[in-house]
Formats: sequence, C-alpha cells, structure tokens
Amino acid sequence: MSSLLSASSALREDALRRLKREMWARAVKLGLRSWVGWRRGFTSKADPQRSGRVTAEVIEHLERLALVDFGSQEAVARLEKAIAFADRLRAVDTDGVEPMESVLEDRCLYLRSDNVVEGNCAEELLQNAHRVVEEYFVAPPGMCSPKWLNRLSLSELRI
Amino acid sequence: MAALVVRLSCLGKRWVLACIDGGSRHGRGAAIGLTSRRKRGQSSVAQQPLIAVQKSRKGEREWAAVVGLEIHAQISSNSKLFSGSQVHFAAPPNSLVSFFDASLPGTLPVLNRRCVEAAVMTGLALNCRINKKSLFDRKHYFYADLPAGYQITQQRLPIAVNGCLAYSVSVGKKPSQVSTRTVRIKQIQLEQDSGKSLHDEPRSQTLIDLNRAGVGLLEVVLEPDMSCGEEAASAVRELQLILQALGTSQANMAEGQLRVDANISVHHPGEPLGVRTEVKNLNSARFLAKAIDFEIKRQIHELENGRKILNETRSFDDKLGCTMPMRDKEGKQDYRFMPEPNLPPLLLYDTASLPPGADPQQVINIDWIRERLPELPGKTREKLIQQYGMLPEHSFTLLNEVGLLEFFQNVIKETRAEPKKVTSWVLNIFLGFLKQQNLAVNESPVTPSALAELLNLLDRKAISSSAARQVFEELWRSKGKTPSQIVSEKKLELMQDQEALERVCHTVMEGHPQVVMDMKRGNPRAINKLIGLVRKATLSRADPTVIKEILERKLSS
Repeated sequence: MSSLLSASSALREDALRRLKREMWARAVKLGLRSWVGWRRGFTSKADPQRSGRVTAEVIEHLERLALVDFGSQEAVARLEKAIAFADRLRAVDTDGVEPMESVLEDRCLYLRSDNVVEGNCAEELLQNAHRVVEEYFVAPPGMCSPKWLNRLSLSELRI
Repeated sequence: MAALVVRLSCLGKRWVLACIDGGSRHGRGAAIGLTSRRKRGQSSVAQQPLIAVQKSRKGEREWAAVVGLEIHAQISSNSKLFSGSQVHFAAPPNSLVSFFDASLPGTLPVLNRRCVEAAVMTGLALNCRINKKSLFDRKHYFYADLPAGYQITQQRLPIAVNGCLAYSVSVGKKPSQVSTRTVRIKQIQLEQDSGKSLHDEPRSQTLIDLNRAGVGLLEVVLEPDMSCGEEAASAVRELQLILQALGTSQANMAEGQLRVDANISVHHPGEPLGVRTEVKNLNSARFLAKAIDFEIKRQIHELENGRKILNETRSFDDKLGCTMPMRDKEGKQDYRFMPEPNLPPLLLYDTASLPPGADPQQVINIDWIRERLPELPGKTREKLIQQYGMLPEHSFTLLNEVGLLEFFQNVIKETRAEPKKVTSWVLNIFLGFLKQQNLAVNESPVTPSALAELLNLLDRKAISSSAARQVFEELWRSKGKTPSQIVSEKKLELMQDQEALERVCHTVMEGHPQVVMDMKRGNPRAINKLIGLVRKATLSRADPTVIKEILERKLSS
C-alpha cells in the first residue's frame, strides 16, 4: 500500500494530477481489493492493458469521462507508465479468492428512521458556489457534451 | 408557499425557463433484455403474442413491435434515501438540501429504513423474489444537477427480482372486451434521484436546484413483453394504482413522481429482434402511448425505406407528437459502475432467519411486511365484482378515477337502492358530469349522501328516473340543497293520486281519438304515444308503468 501511495505522489504533476484524482485516488482510498474488483467486474472501453499503449480514442474517451485535458504526448506517456505500474497488481494470484464487496462488507448497514433532521441551510451551501442566482447554483449550459468540452477551456469549465 | 409562488412567477418573467427532468436520465445503464430472445413465463400464457403486428404497406411482410419499460417511482417518505433532509414537491430552491446531498467532502450516506421497506413492499406486491442481500453501486456521469458526479444505485444485486404485473387492455370495440396480460418484472432497485436543472437559454446558463437530489427512487424494470403504446400505458397505469394502494409512491406523473423510459424495437416475426431506441422523459400515460406508437411507425418506415435504426436515445415532443434524437447524448455512455465503498451490503431477514436479540429498529423482516400488505387493486376489483355483481369493466372505471371508489362505497352505505343502480348512476351520470366539467371526484358539488338520498327517492318510487336526473342537475348547480327539498320545490314527486291520474288519462284519450283508434286497431306504438302525452300533461310526474296500466284498463273496457 505504501509503495502505491508513493507512486501516486510521483504522479502528482501536470495534467495527470487530475486523472489521478479520478482513478488512482479512488484505488488508494477504497483499498486494493475494490480496485481490482472494479477493474474485473466492470469492463470499460478504456482498457489499454491489451495493447500496452493508450490509443488516441481511449485518451479522448478518458478526457470526456473525467472532464480533463491531457494536453501533451508527454502526459500520455506518463499515463501509460502509470498503467503499467498498476498492472503489477495482476501478478497477485487471486484464483479462488472471492472478491470483496467493500472493506465494510462484514459490517451491519445502519438503518436510519425516516425523520427530517437536516436541510434549511441554502445560505451556507450557496457560499460554496462561484455564481448564484436567487437561491440557485449557476452552471454552464449543456453539460456532458464533448462539443462543450472542446469549446470551453478548463478555466471556463470551473466558472 | 405564497412567497414561493411569487418568486417562481417573477423568475418566469425574467428568463425563459425550460425544465429538464434530470431524474429520468437515470436507469440508462440497466440492461433491458432486448438482446435476449423473448421468453414468456408460465404466467403469461394468456397473452397473445405480438398483438401489434402491423401490415407492411408494401405487401407481404408483417412487423412485430417489442416494448420494454424502465419506470422511476419516487418513494413517498419524509426524508431522502441517504440523508435526513425533507422530501417535498414545491419548496424554495435548495432549501431541502443537506451537506451530503450537496456532496460536500466528509459526508457519508445513511440509509433510510422507510425507503428499504417501501422497496420490499413494492417487490412483494409485484410478485418479486426479495434478495436477502443486495448491494449498492456508483454509476458515474457528469451533470450539473448531480453534485457527486455519481448516482448511488443497485446495479449488481438489486433488492427485488423476477416479478410480474398483470394488467388489462381492451381488445375489441366494446369496452367489455377486456383481455388480461402479464409483463415480467426484471428487477426493482433502490437509487437516488438527481437535482433539477432549469435551462436559461438566452443567458446561456443553467440554474440548479438540489431539492430533489437524493430523494429515494424505485426503479422498476419491465421486460420487453409489451407490443404497443396502449399495452405499455395500461401496465404503467396498473403499476401506478398498486404503488398508490401500497402508499410506497404517490406516483403522480404530472409532478414527476412517476417517470417512464420506453425501449422500442421492431422486427419481422420469426426473425431476431431489431435494434432498439430509448424514448425518455415520458411523464403522462397518454404521451407514453403516443410516443411508443409513433416510434414503432417511424422505425417501420425507416426500415422499409432501406434505412437503419440507430441505437439512440430520443425524446418525445408532445406538441408535434413525434420523437426526436436527443442532442446532448452523443457518443456511448460509460458509467464506470463500481461498488459503493461507503455502504455495506443491505441484509434483509425473514422470520426464520431473524437473528435472536436483534435490535428491531435495525432489522427488516420480509414476512412481517408481507403480512401487512394492504389490499391491491386486482383484489379490490374482484371483490366489487363478487359483492355487487358488477361488470369487470365497471370495476376498472371505479378504480381508475381517484376517489371514485370511495364515493361509490359511501353511496352504497347510505342507500337502499340496488348496487347495480348505484353503479350505473355513479359511472354514467355522476362521472359524466365530472368529466364534462373536468372536475376531480373531491371537487364534486354533489356529496355521496345527497346521491344516496336521491337514489332512495327513486328506489321507493317517489320520483321518476327522469325527475331524478332533473334533481341531480339541480343538486349539481345549487350546493347545500337536499334532494327532498329540490323535489318539493320543483314539484317533481310522482303523482300518487290514482284518481287524479285517471282523470288526466281520460282527458288525453278524449283529446286524441285518432291515436286511440290506432291503438284499437292493434298498433303497438300508439300506446307509447299516449303514455308520452299523459306524462307531458303531468309534467313528467307520473310513473309510466302506472299510466300504461290505467290506459290499458280504460281501452279494454
């Protein structure tokens, strides 16, 4: 785990910083097992292991999913290295080991009674917003569209 | 509340607001079994396969349509699925939002017991197998009204699976030709609703209200066992009645508590299923039926003209009555499902597996919930048919209108009139008046007791049925008067004075010797003419059967 953490800190540079937040940080936070489970349980289009190289299409796909801009070939090369590093996880023999649902899987799921005990704090919440209209958060129009991604720069994305 | 209305109306003036129903984006990832061949369970034997087979214009080859549905029902609960903020339809923007709903760092989901119970109840009512262990997953997509960047749902192991829903559709021209069909239920999953986006086009910005973010939803996935808009609409209607009977959802489509996405494809019978499209944001039963039927026709037209059907998401334009590709859904979605790390598996128990000494607040017993299920619409109809000798289609109408069954039962309680008479009055006259003026049952100016009293007057032959109609019209117009008051004010009571009636008959006969002659010659219609004349002379206050008796007696003497 500690080597993973130090590896992830080595990646804390330029554009990969944001990719790390999407993928690495999750893997570290959730624990190795759920990371492996995720990769195995949910096949993704971004599956560069087979080719060893990350294609332009996969990069484009990742950029759209994570709302990041890799920007340079160098960043892509670093991503490939990071993936190769993570692939060492596959060396661990997990045959016959039942995957965990979560690190909390043997805990009881606490049930809350159906009472209203929160809310009524719009003013506080809206302090986090960059722009507010009346009591609404303001977001740019038409999220999720690749067109939109191409049109706006990253700084605009974060209005 | 008043302040809110003012706020909303001034918003409307300043921006062009278009509300996009964010919640119905959900469920896109749930695989609906369209790629697998349709396999009907034993329970659906009564179903005729592929009734919506359409004749091809160009001749020989027929088309069959296949329709599956994903339905999102908002759970009726005080607080949200994973947070303690309130669930309420119209509240000031962002007033019903906790730190968790806004996805602030350091917040964690805490499952609402009521939502789990609602899911179990719904699963049991829909004949599902309840999974004693179910799991929560994250489904990722970026949208401004989904602050966490993911929705917590149940992708791998939902709370209920393998159910079925029986519904009825009319098959002939007559309303009595009703056929019962069954649609299989693939699964029911618990998930979070998203917030709402208000698109302000002129200013090129989106306003976000998170009041709905995190409200508990039941996603009910129906297998593609339907084949036309009417079937789908009837299935949804039946589900709506079941949810309302259970109280697990108010299921009001206009308020977005029930949202439907339809998966539609066409193929030639005997060949593999066609490529499907998904029509989203259907929020009325009528639009659902229209959108599906339009989409079936469109797909057939495309294929017959040598074009291909794209696996795409479309929306229904209710003004143009057609479906259109959705602009912002380009490219394949990748939801990057992963197990929700902050929620251990959800375990449910039955009486046999209940751990001894468990805190009753922390365990849910499926058997306990099953024993307390309320009566479902199917059972209610069956009872109406048995108890009152009602026709099946009448039992459907009684349940379809909100509050009508209760109205009917209250009338029955207070009247001596025959149930058949009550049914006929409630369904023909009362419902007719409501429909004509576009009123709900609870807005009716006529109370159940007033109608009951009126039917009593009719039952003991104090008034004629035409007079009863007049009284009813008067009751509708002038609130507060009782039927008896109206009868005496308008002098509508039947003439009980036999001698007076005989005198009137005599006068009429003398006044119309030609008709009397006709009758004596054996023209059977002549007596009806005389009865009509006598009734007119008595201002419709005489009982036609009594008049007939007197006339016949007089003519034969």
